[in-house]
Amino acid sequence: MTHSASPRVRPTRRNVLKAAALGSAATFAAPYVRSSYAAGTLTMGCWDHWVPGANNTLTALCNEWGAKNHVEVKIDYITSQGEKDKLTAAAEAQAGTGHDIMSHRDWNIRIHGEVLEPLNDVADALIKQYGLISPVSEYLAKIKGVWRGIPTTVGSQIKPCCSRFDLYQQHAGLDVRDLFPADESKWDKAKTDSWNWDTYLTTAEKLYKAGYPVGLPMGQSSDSVDWVGALFNAYGVVMVDGKDNIKINSDETRSALEYLKKLMAVNPKEVYAWDDAGNNRWLISGKGSGIMNPPSAWAVAKKDNPKVAENCWTHPMPRGPRGRFVGQLPQFYGLWSFSKNKSAAKDLLLYISQKPAVGRLVAASVGYDLPSFKTMYDFDTWKTVEPPVGTVYAYPPRGDEQTSIAGAPARSEVGAQIYNQAINTVMVSKFTQGNEKLDDVIKWAENELEGTLRA
Amino acid sequence: MADTVQTWSPGLAGTRSGSRARGRLRLLLRRRSSIAFLMCLPLILIIASLVVYPALYSIYLSMLNRAQTRFIGLGNFRFLLSRDVFLMVVEQSAIFAISAVLFKALIGLITAHLINNLPAKGQRKWRGMLLVPWVIPLALSSLGWWWLFDPTHSAFNWIVTGLGFNEVPWLSAPGWARFSVILVNVWFGAPFFLIMYLAALKSVPEQLYEAAAIDGANAWQKFRHITLPMMRNIIAITVLFSLIVTFANFDIVQIMTGGGPRNTTHVFATYAFMLGIRSGDLPLGAATSLFMFPILAVAAVFILRGVRKRGREIG
Repeated sequence: MTHSASPRVRPTRRNVLKAAALGSAATFAAPYVRSSYAAGTLTMGCWDHWVPGANNTLTALCNEWGAKNHVEVKIDYITSQGEKDKLTAAAEAQAGTGHDIMSHRDWNIRIHGEVLEPLNDVADALIKQYGLISPVSEYLAKIKGVWRGIPTTVGSQIKPCCSRFDLYQQHAGLDVRDLFPADESKWDKAKTDSWNWDTYLTTAEKLYKAGYPVGLPMGQSSDSVDWVGALFNAYGVVMVDGKDNIKINSDETRSALEYLKKLMAVNPKEVYAWDDAGNNRWLISGKGSGIMNPPSAWAVAKKDNPKVAENCWTHPMPRGPRGRFVGQLPQFYGLWSFSKNKSAAKDLLLYISQKPAVGRLVAASVGYDLPSFKTMYDFDTWKTVEPPVGTVYAYPPRGDEQTSIAGAPARSEVGAQIYNQAINTVMVSKFTQGNEKLDDVIKWAENELEGTLRA
Repeated sequence: MADTVQTWSPGLAGTRSGSRARGRLRLLLRRRSSIAFLMCLPLILIIASLVVYPALYSIYLSMLNRAQTRFIGLGNFRFLLSRDVFLMVVEQSAIFAISAVLFKALIGLITAHLINNLPAKGQRKWRGMLLVPWVIPLALSSLGWWWLFDPTHSAFNWIVTGLGFNEVPWLSAPGWARFSVILVNVWFGAPFFLIMYLAALKSVPEQLYEAAAIDGANAWQKFRHITLPMMRNIIAITVLFSLIVTFANFDIVQIMTGGGPRNTTHVFATYAFMLGIRSGDLPLGAATSLFMFPILAVAAVFILRGVRKRGREIG
């Protein structure tokens, strides 16, 4: 037996540093290695989908992956009613035990970031495959350069306009199908540009007079916060910037609030008490001419009031002085740092985020679920579901529509407070319902925003 | 001599000490307090693990920073006291709890008297029917009330408009929303007062009323000088219990208004939920939920001291 003679290297300071640098580089450069074969069981706590049967598709995908990799996947579907999913996540984070993978809505990745495993390898692999990820998803899940969550398709949504085209045509003289036909190549820039917040107000006034007001919620739940957030962005309102400067006392804020005073006057009075289902019920009842929501209201109307569903058209939000924005509310899969099956979990996340899998999930949700990659906005589901054909074609952001979330661009710890305390809608309610002075409202908001900086 | 010298074998000594220990155990078990303690032990353990430990943990949690990495003493409480919304929550919680308990006590007292004066045959039916609100799970009944108050399709408004009046903004205007949540709390809690007061009324000796009647006392005088003094302890205890439970109420407000409109119906529990669970600041949420603890603890000490004092006087 002969041993190869290797030269002995003296452990000098320089050599040690060199070795450490090479080691780090190797760690970062190393490809993601699938090693799920060692895993026995993987547990998931997933958001319970409201679309009947949608959970089955996710279960089927996970089982397919499990069968290939000899891993048993157990899924608990947890409802978001009463924030039960958030309570479960908080309990698991606190206890340091629970599922391996947990789905997190909106700001929950930020909230539990410290006990979530870095997922840069999975995120980077997906970005390499499918291009850039939605900026809202990145803002919510990438913390200090580290991806702590992977955007899900299941449950992720945006909240564009869902309008009754028959009522718009009859009472406001506007054909939204003509503005936004179910083929982006046919969109006329002059026409789409004409769909701005001023036009929205003019048509809303006409519809109000006709007895079919639009229904824009002004409570403290996410549907309210999201559309007001999109409007604030369109007017250039910044509540807190990325460097903790409170910017709410601005001309942009005053313009937006003055505009909202006029807009809320042509909404039903009860919008101040609506929860996330209030606007859906408004549209489905046939009383309302338009809401800002994912296609869930339309999907329920198909069953409960088909005449309404047949006349619904989902299309982009109105444009404002600073652009056209729509509220986005993505969900994420987080991998707890205390998980014992991290490698298998990462492999599963990669599998269910592949385009073919995403396509099946989108189809199962009748187009409600929205992936975070723009390159995945070409599924047939959005072109084919009916009635009428093309009704949700423009649900994925198309044209010049940009996604946004209220609370941004503040650092996400601060943004989470702004969003969840609904500071934007409380401001609007104080001004439009409470008839408080504009300066007092802004002063109140400044005080509240100062409190959020404690985060 | 030999038979006077006794050498104890180790086995015998063991038997003697064993029988002594058994004797002590028997003596201990014969004491009623020991038996009582042993029988209560499972409950004590359950309370310690499900009530005392979480309570102490939440006190500890309320003194940490948001990331739960640093002890900040009373920092969270100081921060809360500097926020306008929190001060509004304190005010609302006090209005909610005090007015609800007041009406529950009043309604409970009146209905207890009415039922007590019914013929014995019909009493059971009424008692059963009036207990229904208290028996239905609160989350379920709150949902039922929410449907009645529904902002868009309120059943009450259907009646109100049918009678030719304008719709009432039950949940969308701050004043009406506060009224609605208090109303539901009163509806739910009044039967508890009713049953407690009814039990207290039944325990007042009939001879006292007979003596008062001979002295020419009218109904009000009988109530003022016999019923009320005899019920003082039970009134104090029910008010205390109800005050604690009402201050901690969550379901009704969360289901009906979620704290809105404009935060005007938030109470401690719903506001704590918003800060702790929805916004992810568990220590601040814990501080919010513990805010009333010292005030209620002091109130409990005084009320229970009064109850004990009166108990001794009667005894």
